[in-house]
Amino acid sequence: MAAPDAPAAARPQLPPARPKGRPPRRSGNSAALLLIAPSIVFMTLLFGWPMVSGILQAFGGPEGLTTANFSRMVQDPYFWSSVGNTLLLIVVMIPIQFVLALAMALLIRAKPRGSSAYFYIWAIPLAVSDLAAGLVWLTVFTDRGYLNSLLASFGLDPVSWLAYDNYPSMFGAVLIAEVWRATSLVFVIVVAGLQSIPKDYEEAAGVFGANFWSRLWHVTLPLLRPSLQTALILRTILAFQTFAVALALTGQNFPLVVGETYRWYTGLQDPNVASALALVVMAVSMVTAVGYLKLLRDQSEAPR
Amino acid sequence: MADISIKGLHKTYPGSTELATNNVSLDVAEGEFMVLLGPSGCGKTTLLRMVAGLDFPDEGSISIGGRDVTYLPPQDRNLSMVFQSYAVFPHRMVRTNIAFGLMMKKVPREEIERKVRWAADLLQLSPYLDRYPAQLSGGQRQRVAVARAIVMDADVLLMDEPLSNLDALLRLDFRAELKKIVQQLGSTTLYVTHDQVEAMSLSDRVAVMKKGQIAQLGSPLTVYEEPADRFVGGFIGSPPMNFLDGRITQQGALEVAGQNTEAPEFLARAAARTGGSPVMVGIRAENIAIAERGTEGSLDAVVEVVEPLGHATLLTVDLGGQTVKVQVPSTVRVSSGDKVGLRFDPAALRFFDTETQLGLTA
Ligand SMILES: Nc1ncnc2c1ncn2[C@@H]1O[C@H](COP(=O)(O)OP(=O)(O)OP(=O)(O)O)[C@@H](O)[C@H]1O
Ligand SMILES: [Mg+2]
Repeated sequence: MAAPDAPAAARPQLPPARPKGRPPRRSGNSAALLLIAPSIVFMTLLFGWPMVSGILQAFGGPEGLTTANFSRMVQDPYFWSSVGNTLLLIVVMIPIQFVLALAMALLIRAKPRGSSAYFYIWAIPLAVSDLAAGLVWLTVFTDRGYLNSLLASFGLDPVSWLAYDNYPSMFGAVLIAEVWRATSLVFVIVVAGLQSIPKDYEEAAGVFGANFWSRLWHVTLPLLRPSLQTALILRTILAFQTFAVALALTGQNFPLVVGETYRWYTGLQDPNVASALALVVMAVSMVTAVGYLKLLRDQSEAPR
Repeated sequence: MADISIKGLHKTYPGSTELATNNVSLDVAEGEFMVLLGPSGCGKTTLLRMVAGLDFPDEGSISIGGRDVTYLPPQDRNLSMVFQSYAVFPHRMVRTNIAFGLMMKKVPREEIERKVRWAADLLQLSPYLDRYPAQLSGGQRQRVAVARAIVMDADVLLMDEPLSNLDALLRLDFRAELKKIVQQLGSTTLYVTHDQVEAMSLSDRVAVMKKGQIAQLGSPLTVYEEPADRFVGGFIGSPPMNFLDGRITQQGALEVAGQNTEAPEFLARAAARTGGSPVMVGIRAENIAIAERGTEGSLDAVVEVVEPLGHATLLTVDLGGQTVKVQVPSTVRVSSGDKVGLRFDPAALRFFDTETQLGLTA
């Protein structure tokens, strides 16, 4: 417990005959409180207060508290399509991103020539803002963009990739842009996780007859579980907030939930419904995180 | 079942200039128990890893059962291994850890269960089958690693210090068990240890390694009694062999610390030609007897330290300025400061070249 040379000020009323190993409760608590006080103040000011005011706003109306904002939100024709789009994007995108990130991380672990260069190249999108990424991909997918020029150079007809009546290609464009932009987050987390696993385990599995896929399935993935869990939670929560890429590529044609929040706030000038939407996103994110934690709990840790 | 044939293995780790193994050649016969013995960092694990296929040599070849496996991945070599670091999977229970190799081989479930029970019984792991490795002691984890290796019935069994973390009693038990098991399985075994008693008791042959090379290869008794060079004699045995500076005089006598005893024929003959030469004398502590001072053929010495070991007494003796360890029966009563005579068993004397440190033989 307390180191022998711990500053005496930290435990001023320590009676001399106190049994060792039991820190004095009272003074320890007040010292701890003092230490976390700054972060408590910050959290309250920058996090707690906006959240409370946001919740109040979501339930706020001209005649006191009401749920009218939520019914307006639900009745809006864009709401359900934005929910559907967001969910579809998440369901399709996250598996793609994890498979890609895992493949890239394993490739780097195999240490081919220039593997450190790959790492930095693959991590670059991490530094690109989502709006910028959206605009970059717009230059690719727009009617006179790079993709259509490429098609033209092969003598093919151009396609209106982002036309509002071409849902699959619009979805595909948003998906590709988001995968490009956000896979690096998963990748960086998985690389860090892989680095913390000693090579011994995979080697042992190999010696006992496991081929690449069995090693991956029986050894690497289970040991990677904590990292995957972190990446999954982060990535899903962030995916609920996907917005700028879709806005840059499709405008209002591919509505997403957070995009709707933005539209309610700026376009329709109704902060109350915008807050209600934001609250829904937060609730769904929290439920998802808890669900993942429950679902992916590490059994070998549990009974300890 | 398969023999191992290792030829001219060179290995340098990336980023290092030193050879981790330097031209190692070793033939292990089918079913043979070969022990690799050597000081820390001499390349034992490196050699084992290359046989397992976890590292590839820069030069040289390895074949198992006549098949060249030098660059084959580990899963295609049909071997099993106890890792020095155990490498017991932390996310699997003891039961599924032991069963891992059998599951990979798609052995029927009942067969796996039977073998796991057998190995767990043998290694006294039965109470822990449903625990995770994090809930085991270090020695128990090591036994899981051994159990995982022995259930495999592999052609080749590689063991890297598999008993290093057990208490003395358990180690004694398992040493005998292991010998029995390996004989039953008939696997060709490469076994790494620091413990020379283990090496002596288990092995058919011992390979003593030094700085990436094999210093001596032979039966345990040969290596113990006739070390090929000073390093082997000094490494094997507790206490290690005594080394004394001596001379063979032109008259054919062995002169140690200014006193003469008899020299062996072959050295005396050579010395008669060259006019005498310096020599290093090696003798084990148990081959020196204490005699009355002044008796014929004994060397005058003074006892400095007396260490009773129970089964024997270890003396540190000063022989004309050189320190000698002597092991006498515990019934011999001496105390420090006693002036005694030392009598060397002439048959147990070994001679080494003072420059090359290599053993001299007839
Ligand atoms: N991955 C590595 N990279 C660089 N050098 C290494 C590596 N592994 C081992 N070495 C070096 O190679 C030499 C032989 O190592 P090795 O592990 O084979 O020794 P060892 O005989 O098994 O020792 P111990 O008895 O301590 O386990 C040592 O000098 C070590 O520092
Ligand atoms: Mg080693």
